Amino acid sequence: MTGLLNVLVGVVMGLNLVALAGGRLPLLIRTVAVQGVLLGLMPLILEHESPDWKLAAVAVATVAGKGLLIPSLLLRALRVARIDREVEPLLGFVPSLLLGALGTLAAVVLTEFLPLRAEHAATLLVPGALASVLTGFILLAGRVKALSQVCGYLVLENGIYLFGLLLLGSTPLLVESGILLDVTVGVFVIGIIVDRIQRTFDSLDTRRLTVLRE
Amino acid sequence: MSEIGLMLLRMAVWLGLAPLLPGLINKVKAAVAGRRGPPVLQLYYDLARLWRKGVVLSTLASPGFVFGPAVAWLAVVAAAALLPLGPLGAVAGFRGDVVLMIYLLALARFATAWSAMETGSAFEGMGAAREVSFAVLAEAAVIAGVLALCVQSGRLTLADMLGESAGPGAALLGAGLFVVLLAENCRVPFDDPNTHLELTMVHEVMVLDHSGPLLAAVLHGAAVKLLFFAVLLVQAVLPMGHWPAGTALAALAGGVLLVTVGVGLVEALLARVAFRRVPLLLTSAWVLCVFALLVAWKGGGR
Repeated sequence: MTGLLNVLVGVVMGLNLVALAGGRLPLLIRTVAVQGVLLGLMPLILEHESPDWKLAAVAVATVAGKGLLIPSLLLRALRVARIDREVEPLLGFVPSLLLGALGTLAAVVLTEFLPLRAEHAATLLVPGALASVLTGFILLAGRVKALSQVCGYLVLENGIYLFGLLLLGSTPLLVESGILLDVTVGVFVIGIIVDRIQRTFDSLDTRRLTVLRE
Repeated sequence: MSEIGLMLLRMAVWLGLAPLLPGLINKVKAAVAGRRGPPVLQLYYDLARLWRKGVVLSTLASPGFVFGPAVAWLAVVAAAALLPLGPLGAVAGFRGDVVLMIYLLALARFATAWSAMETGSAFEGMGAAREVSFAVLAEAAVIAGVLALCVQSGRLTLADMLGESAGPGAALLGAGLFVVLLAENCRVPFDDPNTHLELTMVHEVMVLDHSGPLLAAVLHGAAVKLLFFAVLLVQAVLPMGHWPAGTALAALAGGVLLVTVGVGLVEALLARVAFRRVPLLLTSAWVLCVFALLVAWKGGGR
């Protein structure tokens, strides 16, 4: 079971790098969607005595939310606002990729020094979480368009979710579903805002959002 | 079979079978495009034809123009001699031969770039600059991949190292080395071997002024290099040392064939990427090899 889980987390780490190197917005959104589906499957794989209905509900909700609902909202925003598909990085693709790879390596190495419980130290969950959070930061800081920043925020949230999997047994279902709901509402709101930014400024460049007006 | 005979057999495999690969790639490309294509043995005919022809030498060129292809051919063949052919073994092998292999490949590249610039043609200098700048990144990926194999097997000899597989990171290493194979042999996403425009050529433009036996040496060296990388890729991924000799040999031949067909398919189905995207692609290959190294180090390394 740990082996399969580690492979999944490894694929998630790989998708982080795809998100950093990808040059098109739809690719970025779909990468984040695939990542969400993989994260949704993880609770089912984690070792537990009996797979209860709560766990299954969390898994289904996560897959539906992160894998279908949020990406479709983002793709719709992309279509409605008629945005150019190029990502327009502030930080070039090669530096982002190298930074992300370096961050992933550092996450794996640093986890060796963390005082983790034995069953957690054997999995890649902690390095995967750290790497995803870092990737999210790079995407948030290194991209110009609002939609790619949303994707950065989602990757960041995926990292936090990976951390949450460590406490799967003790986190109430309510907290999990609350986080998922927050993210969905956030993306929904951003989808509307993106449309407004595009209408007002004829561009999604967040660098233009510097002046406050009534 | 005596040791000498086995030695000759290995060299014969490297030198004799290498020109098959470009022919196979062209056949696959033709099949995908719905054409009949040139015969698989076309490169053999070309080499025989070029060998009989004379050499045109520029009055500007120093003897380096002739030495370049010769040194490059020798270096590539020497690197191939270090690489084991599955159960057939390597022509030569010693502790740390993997470092020599990397340097021999670099020497071959240096010699080709050197002879390209001998005639003073602007195009050839440009091609050499591109070839060398791609190679900087591709070489880093090769070194990372070889390091992953070293860490995985705990050995420094190519024959021992490649007998083991790359372990759980084999898929990563295989993908990384395949991209490196495409870049090092100037295949499609990096360079188009069929292009007729000097401005966009990379490898072809470097050998524009070479003719006759010199061009034959360049072409044959390129074929050996392609076979070299295909064999390296297959052996890095498959744990051949643990299989009986017949199975391993069949797996090696099948793997090389598969890689060749893969190159042909990539060439037929993909367009060449823009020059400014090439570093990203090669950096991705390097990252793949580095992650293979990481996997080898974290799990299963001895």
